[in-house]
Amino acid sequence: MSGASSKLGSKLGIAVIVLIVAVLSAGIAALMLNIFERKVEAKSPYIRLVEVTEADTDPEKWKANWPKQYDSYKKTSISTRTRFGGHGGSEALPEQKIERDPWLKRMFKGYAFSIDYRDRRGHAYMLEDQKQTERQTKPQSGSCLHCHASIMPLYKELGDGDEVVGFEESYKFSYKDLHQKLKDSGNNHPVSCVDCHSPETMELRVTRPGFIQGIQALAESDAPTPHLPSVEQWRDGPRSEPYQPNEDASRSEMRSYVCGQCHVEYYCGSNMKLTFPWGNGLKVEQVEEFWDDTTFSDGEQFFDYKHKETGANILKAQHPEFELWSQGIHARSGVACADCHMPYMRDGASKVSDHWVRSPLLNINRACQTCHRFSEDEIQQRVDAIQQRNFDLLQRAGAALMEQLDAINLAKEQGATDEDLKEALELQRKAQWRLDFIAAENSMGFHAPQEASRILGESIDYAWQGTSAAMNWKEVTSKTTIEGEETIQIEE
Amino acid sequence: MSKDPKACINCHIMQPQYDSWQKASHHTVATCVQCHLPHDFINKYISKSENGYNHSKAFTLQNFHEPIAITEKNSRILQQNCLECHNNMIENLTHGSTTDADATSCVKCHRSVGHGEPMGLGGPLRPDEKGGIEQ
Repeated sequence: MSGASSKLGSKLGIAVIVLIVAVLSAGIAALMLNIFERKVEAKSPYIRLVEVTEADTDPEKWKANWPKQYDSYKKTSISTRTRFGGHGGSEALPEQKIERDPWLKRMFKGYAFSIDYRDRRGHAYMLEDQKQTERQTKPQSGSCLHCHASIMPLYKELGDGDEVVGFEESYKFSYKDLHQKLKDSGNNHPVSCVDCHSPETMELRVTRPGFIQGIQALAESDAPTPHLPSVEQWRDGPRSEPYQPNEDASRSEMRSYVCGQCHVEYYCGSNMKLTFPWGNGLKVEQVEEFWDDTTFSDGEQFFDYKHKETGANILKAQHPEFELWSQGIHARSGVACADCHMPYMRDGASKVSDHWVRSPLLNINRACQTCHRFSEDEIQQRVDAIQQRNFDLLQRAGAALMEQLDAINLAKEQGATDEDLKEALELQRKAQWRLDFIAAENSMGFHAPQEASRILGESIDYAWQGTSAAMNWKEVTSKTTIEGEETIQIEE
Repeated sequence: MSKDPKACINCHIMQPQYDSWQKASHHTVATCVQCHLPHDFINKYISKSENGYNHSKAFTLQNFHEPIAITEKNSRILQQNCLECHNNMIENLTHGSTTDADATSCVKCHRSVGHGEPMGLGGPLRPDEKGGIEQ
């Protein structure tokens, strides 16, 4: 009996030892495999399985070669929200900005933005949202597709092989017609791999003619650009060729230029070609001066719309992120858009640039902590303080503009003519341009906090100057008359 | 068990740290182990096995916080190593103050000596970079 049990015991013992050895070797083998996989990963950043060309606007095709970048790019369809931006609700479309801030709606009266102006969604929705916006109830220009679609092959087709020619023709099309052409040409995709990467080398490059013409005009100007060293270097050179961002800019600058192809101020209506207004520099008053000096083909001074209540010729700011960033401390320190909005992340043993482009506040550790050695909570609070101050000042600037509109309306009721109100209306254009520049910019002042408050401060000042000019319209008019009479008396 | 930084990054997954060290002032005078490991034999091997275990666990399970940050314990080793080389010059400054809990460490201010400036590219040009023209 005891013999049998000891036999059983030793058999069990052997079985246990075999099991332990088997589990151990399996574990070691798995570990070795894991180490091997990581080593291989680290050696080759990507394997080119399929050939991609300039004509491949469908990101699906690129996915085979760059699956990690593609996966994160796809995530731009996830709705995200920070305290001051985005869309994280369950509703199909983001909230209306113009309902939340009624002064926005009144400011845009006479322009399609008073019909529909919502919070942003991710890159994946750029084409869909543009199709759906109720602003489309008014005829829109083909220029809009410059940024909302992967449009370079279509430009090439329109220009018979010359992309720039095609681009310069595109504003003449209506949005609907050009979008139909886009669909027919098989390029109905939002921003895609080929828009920022060379299909041969995968190097960053800019493709959008609007940006290239704009940055060349900036290089030709004498506005200081300490944050864009290659522009200053080009200026010191022979200048025999125009500034070429794809050849002259550093890799770090390219990490901002690719975003600057679209996240900027521009004109995209149907009266002239899409224009980036950088010929005098990137600051708010330099852009304003550029627009003031621009005339339409009929000779009239440039404006985006006539304000429905007052009749003032208004400038609409698009989303001047690149311009405001240019005035901030991050740009000055050489920090590019992609450093915070597409920070490097580790995936296994490979280093990948995160193509889920989103607010750095949703990714504080990778976006901020690489340089700023504070806890995530501390960094969040610092950003909150900056944005809250900007938000408060923005609301005050909005209120000041409403006062000005009221004053102009009152003067009109009292019988003031456009001529009597000339100064007040010009001041409305100035105040509103500055207010909109910061309201439309998507960082709630963060890209350059001091610059943002300078701009809002100026906006408030112009709005009150304009209020005063409107309230005193009779005095202004009678004063000129009296002065005129005095001059005549002296002559007599 | 080599002292060559290339041997270190063979297992410690720290390519960015290796790259930035090559751009920092100390790369000509100090390697990974000279700053990051105790200099005496026993403590050196205790620290090696501890960090080796932590890193291999983290990298196999892929569950660590990024960007990686130096631990409290390794931070003390680092501070001690600054002093070992620079003590002749700075002992009057540091007398008794680096072992306190709230003491300021050398790298608080001299952050760039080991791994360079956070931004390597970009930023305004220096006068000597502007096409050789003195501004």
